[in-house]
Formats: sequence, structure tokens, C-alpha cells
Amino acid sequence: MALTIEEVRHIAQLARLKLTPEEERRYTEQLSDILDYAGRLSKIDTTAIPPTASVLPLRAPLRPDAVRPCPPQELILRNAPSDQEGMFRVPPVLDT
Amino acid sequence: MPEYEVVIGLETHIQLNTKSKIFCGCKADSWGDPPNTNICPVCTGLPGVLPVLNRSVVDKAVFLAAAMHAESISSISYFARKNYFYPDLPKGYQISQYDEPLARGGTLDLPMPDGSSRRVTITKLHIEEDAGKTVYQNGKRLIDFNRCGVPLVEMVTGPDLRSADEAAQYLIRLRQLLRWLGISEGDMEKGQLRCDANVSIRPIGVETLSTKTEIKNLNSIENVRTAIQAEVERQIREIDAGKQIGAWTLNWDEDTGILAKMRSKETEADYRYFREPDLLPIRLDDEWKEEILADLPELPLERRARFIEQYQLPLYDAEILTDERSLSEYFEQAVSAHGGEAKVVSNWLMNDVLRMIRESGLRAGDLQLRPEDLAGIIQLVEEKKITISTGKALLDRVEESGHSPLELVEEEGLSQVSDEETLRSMASEILSANPDQVKTYKGGKTTVIGWFVGQLMQKTRGKANPQMAKMILEELLSENGQKET
Ligand SMILES: [Zn+2]
Repeated sequence: MALTIEEVRHIAQLARLKLTPEEERRYTEQLSDILDYAGRLSKIDTTAIPPTASVLPLRAPLRPDAVRPCPPQELILRNAPSDQEGMFRVPPVLDT
Repeated sequence: MPEYEVVIGLETHIQLNTKSKIFCGCKADSWGDPPNTNICPVCTGLPGVLPVLNRSVVDKAVFLAAAMHAESISSISYFARKNYFYPDLPKGYQISQYDEPLARGGTLDLPMPDGSSRRVTITKLHIEEDAGKTVYQNGKRLIDFNRCGVPLVEMVTGPDLRSADEAAQYLIRLRQLLRWLGISEGDMEKGQLRCDANVSIRPIGVETLSTKTEIKNLNSIENVRTAIQAEVERQIREIDAGKQIGAWTLNWDEDTGILAKMRSKETEADYRYFREPDLLPIRLDDEWKEEILADLPELPLERRARFIEQYQLPLYDAEILTDERSLSEYFEQAVSAHGGEAKVVSNWLMNDVLRMIRESGLRAGDLQLRPEDLAGIIQLVEEKKITISTGKALLDRVEESGHSPLELVEEEGLSQVSDEETLRSMASEILSANPDQVKTYKGGKTTVIGWFVGQLMQKTRGKANPQMAKMILEELLSENGQKET
């Protein structure tokens, strides 16, 4: 199952990665190999196995609807590259 | 020129009114709070944290699904990651549901003001987390993450709505239902109910769907109506001019009233949905489901129909009385305490108690004037123990004091004056004090009787029995006249 170089560029774009032409070639090859490896699963005969949405018999643990105090704003804003009026400041234009 | 049929589907997002967020204990309602004060490592996606599901989110979403008559409420459903980059989405993905949502199917029979009804189908209902908020300020882009992780229900309708008005009506009924169920305030201006509209047109008689556009950023019911109407008119102009409709995403600018084309949207595959590895499936066993649904009330439109049927109320009354759940319950309690004709109780409620509710901003059930007090006042009037005007004044007095109507009537001597001797002597006094008006009456202008009755009411501070007052005055005036001739 070979990926095209266009598909690799599209995936890189979705991940916001800038690839050099050399990297595009290399990843096309490597990603195709990975897909081939995983694709071996589709060769297994599963006609006798019921469709399975999850192999885990567990259920999501639940939390009661109770409010807990939050860390102070100053502490949170320490993670911001830039802040203003208590908010995270990000570059004004972001387009894909 | 061909006639067109309008086809509209709505995608709604409903903020559930839980106390805490969907996957962490941060306060969910940040209205009026400073930015970035209700956030924690979980809802801002710091490394190494794990989400834990808020039970109440499932309770409320299942409640809504049942009220929308869902075909199936899943006994097992899964969370999925919806991957995209945006500054207000700190994790780089939104925890949502995708292929195995909480509920599928459903309907709302939408009554239209002209008496017709439109069946709106629901294709799917799922729960997810809200993203943060972007604030634009002088060309700067600032992010407040308070809204991250607020629980949302996404509910998508089929392409069933046929006009901008129907779309608005749907949202009005949905908001009514959300408040009725007590799961969201559904206030669009506060973002508690948000709506995107898919709009297309097709020649009448054609069954296939045409290319649709999607309108985003509709933050009031009025905006929904205006924007859809503008888009329908645009599409008709384009098609009549022989042009094609592009599958655009349009942004509605409330200030300018302009629909602007947005950048081409990412196709669904680009979100690269996959099962959320940090959360286990939601298993809604029968016991839990029954526990939730045990509290499901009669729904507003059902109750409206019952009020018409059971109490022989006009549609107008039934509509107003079932607008809000607490009011409808108040009405039924008052009717049962009154024991007489329901329409009489409805009149008192709609004329006077609704005014008190509007002025105080309280819900009916929170008034000091309890349903049995209202019923008691109506009975006192019906038994002619107090006058109508005393009765109406009494509503406010009970509300202010919290005392029972009977107590107030006794304490303040509000009983209707029906004692004939008292009224007769008061009436005589009025006649002798106003010879000019007596002359006018005598001269044939008998309508002046109303003025005399008014005087007598004033003298008794509104407590005179009006019929008796009129009778006595007429009697005295005719005697008076006879004496002079
Ligand atoms: Zn949090």
C-alpha cells in the first residue's frame, strides 16, 4: 500500500510540519512500509469473529459533579509565551 | 421563474449546566469570571494528565435524548479524538464522540404559529468538550481557556426545516425544552446554545438535495432568521442568473449583516478521528438509564395539548401557561386548589400573576403568593366577600407580606361592604355633597351614575359591592328627583 508524495505533503500539512524534498521522499517510503506492515492484519481471516469495538471489558470511571479549586491565573500564565490582561497572546494571523 | 423550496438543517451545540466541567473539577460556568481562572492541567491539556468523566454530563445528555424521542440510547458509547490545530484548543484535539455516539435518531414535532406542524428529525446526539474563546483586540489575538472542557451536547437535525421562520421556531422550542428539563439555560447570547445552519434551495417537486452552504456564528435567534433569509435570497439570485451554488462556509457578521465566505473547510477525514485512548467506553446499563429517566417530566408540547383537552383552555392560554415548567405546575396546583372553572384561574394567572412574575423576575414557583393563595383570593371574590379590585390588590399584598389572603382580609378589614344601611348613608352623603351632578343625572344624563359609583367606591376604599352600590344610588337618585318635582 504505497502512499503518494501528495498524500505525505497533505499529512505533513495537517501536522503543521515543513518537510524538505528529501524528507518528503524518505517519509513516503517509510510511511508506506509502516502501512504495509499494519496491512498484514487485513490478510487474517476474520469471518468467524464478531465485530469488536473495543477489547476492554471496562467502563469509564465516573466523577461526581463537584467543583474543585483551580490553580491561580498567574501560575497558569507562566506557560504562556506572551500574555495580556490575563489572556494568552498568540500571533494575530494564523492560516493554514 | 421557477418556485423554490428551502431546505435547512441545523447543527446545534448545547452547553449543559453542570457545576463542573466534563473531564475535570473546574467550575463550568465562567460567566463574569476573569479569563483563565477556571482552568487546570486537565482542561488545558498539559502532559501526563488523565480525563475523568462527569457523571452528570451523561445524566443530562440522556435526559435530552429521551425528551427528543431518540430511537436508541446506546448502552455502550465511545469517545473519539477530533484532531485539529487552533489556538483556542490547547490539546490539539477535541474529545468528542464519532462513530458510536450516545444516542441516535429522534424527532421534535414543531408547532408553527399558523397551526401547522413540522416534524424535525434528529440524526445524532453526542457529548463532547467545548473549546476556549478567542478575543480579538486591536488586531491582537488573545485566548481565554475558561470555556475549555465545558460539557456540550451536539445535536444535528435532518434537512427538514423549510424556512428561516421554521429554523427560528425550532430553536425557540429547543430552548424551551432545555429549560424545562433543567439541563441548560439555552441562552444564545451567552453561547449556551449555538447554531450552524445548512441551507440549500431546490425547485419545488424535486426530491434530491442541492449543494448546501453552511452559515456559522449565529448567536441569536433573530440572527438565525435574518442570516438564513439573506442566504436563501442570495441562492435564488445566483440560480436565477444561471450560476452554480458553491459548497461554501459562510460567516455571519451581526454588525454589518453580511455573509462572508470563510476559508475552505477541512473535510471530515482531515480531522483524523480515532478512539480516545485516555477514556474507557460509557456503559449505560438499564439500571442507570432507568434511574435517569424516572425523572423525565411531561414535555411542554404534550402538556400544552393536555391543558387544551383537560381544562378546555384556548390554545392561546395553553401556550402561555406551558411556556415555562414552573408556571404550568403553578397553574395546575391553583386549579386543583380552586376546584372551579380552570379558565377563571387562567385569566387571573395571565392577567395579574404573570405581571408579578415579569416585574419580579422570579419563576412562578418562587413567588410568595402560592397557588393555593391565588385560588383562595379567586374564591373570596367569587363568594363576594371581597371586590375584584380588592382581590387584585391582595395578590400583591400576599406577595409582599407572605401572609395568607384570609389573614390579610381580616387584619386589614378588606371585606366587601355589602351592608345596605352603611352604603345607603354613605350614598346619601355623596348626593347632598354634589348637587350639580345630581342635577345632571336628573336632566337625563344617567351615565353620570358611573361617577357616583366611583365616589362610593372611593369612600369605602374599594370595598363596596359594586352592584349593590349602583342599585342604591339609582334608587336614591330617583327618590331625590321625585321629591323635587
Ligand atoms: Zn480543568
